[in-house]
Amino acid sequence: MEMEVEKEQTEGADEGVELGVEKKVRVKVLLFARARELAGGSEFDLSVADGSTTADCVAELTTRFAALEVMRESIVVALNFNYITDPVEVKDGDELAIIPPISGG
Amino acid sequence: MGEMDEEDVVMRRISKLKKESVREEMVSRFARIRKEAREFREQLAFQEREEEAENADIVAGCKSDLDGEAQCREPEGQQFTKNTKQKEGDLKSQDPEAKKQEDRRLGSCGMENGSCAAGVFSSGHSMGADFIRRYSRQLLVPSFGVSGQKKLSESAILIVGMGGLGSPISSYLAASGVGRLGLVDSDVVELSNLHRQIIHTEAFIGQPKVSSAASACLALNSSILVKEHGRGLNAANAVEIISQYDVVVDATDNIPSRYLISDACVATAKPLVSGAALGLEGQLSVYNHKSGPCYRCLFPVPPPPGTRQRCSDNGVLGVVPGIIGTLQALEAIKLASGFGETLSSRMLLLDAFSTRIHMVKLRGRSPNCFACGDAPQISAANLHEFDYERFTESTLSEEGPKAQELIPVNDRLSSAELKKLLESGKPHVLLDVRDSHEYVISSLPSSLNIPLSLLKERLSVLQSAVDSVVSFPDNPQEKEYPGLQDVGSSKEECSSVVPSRENTSIYVVCRRGNDSQKAVQFLRSEGFSSAVDVVGGLESWAKDVDERFPFY
Repeated sequence: MEMEVEKEQTEGADEGVELGVEKKVRVKVLLFARARELAGGSEFDLSVADGSTTADCVAELTTRFAALEVMRESIVVALNFNYITDPVEVKDGDELAIIPPISGG
Repeated sequence: MGEMDEEDVVMRRISKLKKESVREEMVSRFARIRKEAREFREQLAFQEREEEAENADIVAGCKSDLDGEAQCREPEGQQFTKNTKQKEGDLKSQDPEAKKQEDRRLGSCGMENGSCAAGVFSSGHSMGADFIRRYSRQLLVPSFGVSGQKKLSESAILIVGMGGLGSPISSYLAASGVGRLGLVDSDVVELSNLHRQIIHTEAFIGQPKVSSAASACLALNSSILVKEHGRGLNAANAVEIISQYDVVVDATDNIPSRYLISDACVATAKPLVSGAALGLEGQLSVYNHKSGPCYRCLFPVPPPPGTRQRCSDNGVLGVVPGIIGTLQALEAIKLASGFGETLSSRMLLLDAFSTRIHMVKLRGRSPNCFACGDAPQISAANLHEFDYERFTESTLSEEGPKAQELIPVNDRLSSAELKKLLESGKPHVLLDVRDSHEYVISSLPSSLNIPLSLLKERLSVLQSAVDSVVSFPDNPQEKEYPGLQDVGSSKEECSSVVPSRENTSIYVVCRRGNDSQKAVQFLRSEGFSSAVDVVGGLESWAKDVDERFPFY
């Protein structure tokens, strides 16, 4: 798990430096419950094009973790721990939380 | 073998009898303790009254009350031992249940036996000496204090679910002096519950959870009222039951119940404390309170059945629901007594792996919400018509996933057939496709473990197992099941004869017989045409073939 997170971070950094041309913003993705299980880790950095929105980030995540797509409608998305329903532009260093409901008791 | 079986049966009977006698003893001990506690309380109250009477000046405003009380109790006090004996006689002569109820009622609001009330409460309510002594440490908390305690003791709280969350919730609410507690659950106590459902004890295994929890609550605090709702909550009874309470706590373990409870709370205008725990994570919020959202505002669409996690599949560390349940009790106490800031419009996320708590700021009620929006579709009058099980595609209990039928049943093996085949010595590979952390708990002897998720990339491992198959008789019942005591043995114990993808049987098992079908479909597409799976998986093996198999 730790390894993966580091790998993601390194990749993100390389991308940012090498591409150079297109400005990227880096968002910290925090995963909970089933999303954590699907991604195999609790957080990683996501590099997206400057001007991207939270919806773009979520779309990127559902591409990476296909199983997330089917539960897209049942997930609470929070930007910097504020629940959001409509897309918001993300800034460098933002934290995007993906929170599927859990129902165990 | 015969003798062994007989011995086994006798041993089991003995253990069953022992369990029953323990339960009986517990119940009678419990009754005795309660009786002694009652007598002790009476004695204490009497002594206190004596002392107070002597120092009546201290509470000048209560003087007349105290005198009256002391007088009317005096004859009892002079001969306390006799008095208790008399009381015992009284108890016997009365309907014991009615007496018990009366006792709880008196204690719950502490009015009838109160002595110096009028001077303390401007509202005219009174607190007895027991009441003050029992709750003294809470009464001393400035923001809670007498008014909080009084409101709490006049409130009624419903707890739905007497499991891992419900255990601390009911314990704390009973201990803290909630006037009336409603407990809802239709399950019975099982051994696999006890690691987290700490309100239940071994003596109550097989008994309804509501009875077990009610006994425990009354053992903590016999001065409260406890009502058992042993039939569980459903669309037909939810509104009627919830209407009888001031605050509702959702401690259930399934999605349809969560929607049902939330809707019923919206329909009856009750605040809802909703908690959930699974694995090493917890979630908690207060719904339908002030202008905050309801459960449906946040989760208008239930997650599809395949994406849900359950304690019985994903596991749960006992203390995690313990933490969430304790926080639920806190929120319920705040709502009932009207102090503090609740979690309304906020969601708490607990990450027990790294001991982190995140707080998510939520929005207010959604105007488009199906239940609490501007044009609500659900009301107290029509809630019973809503099909929660269909809406969420699951049942109102934490049942396992429905048995899938990806492969026609006549193209699969029963566990009994598997047993015969294993004993016949027919060349085969027994493939177990569960995750490895489940495989190490318990497995069939001579099975090869390749988790379904890794089957594609580890096909070569299966191929080499097939290549090295030899005809060997194998009677799993003569071996001990590999498991926790025997991790890592029993893999690939095969050697070779006539191996081929087509003619070597591959028997595929998993926990319940769903993943094994997916595995067989995949294997057949890869040319392993004689791969076949077992209906009901290891659960069926434990049930129908060998009940000694340590199923989990």
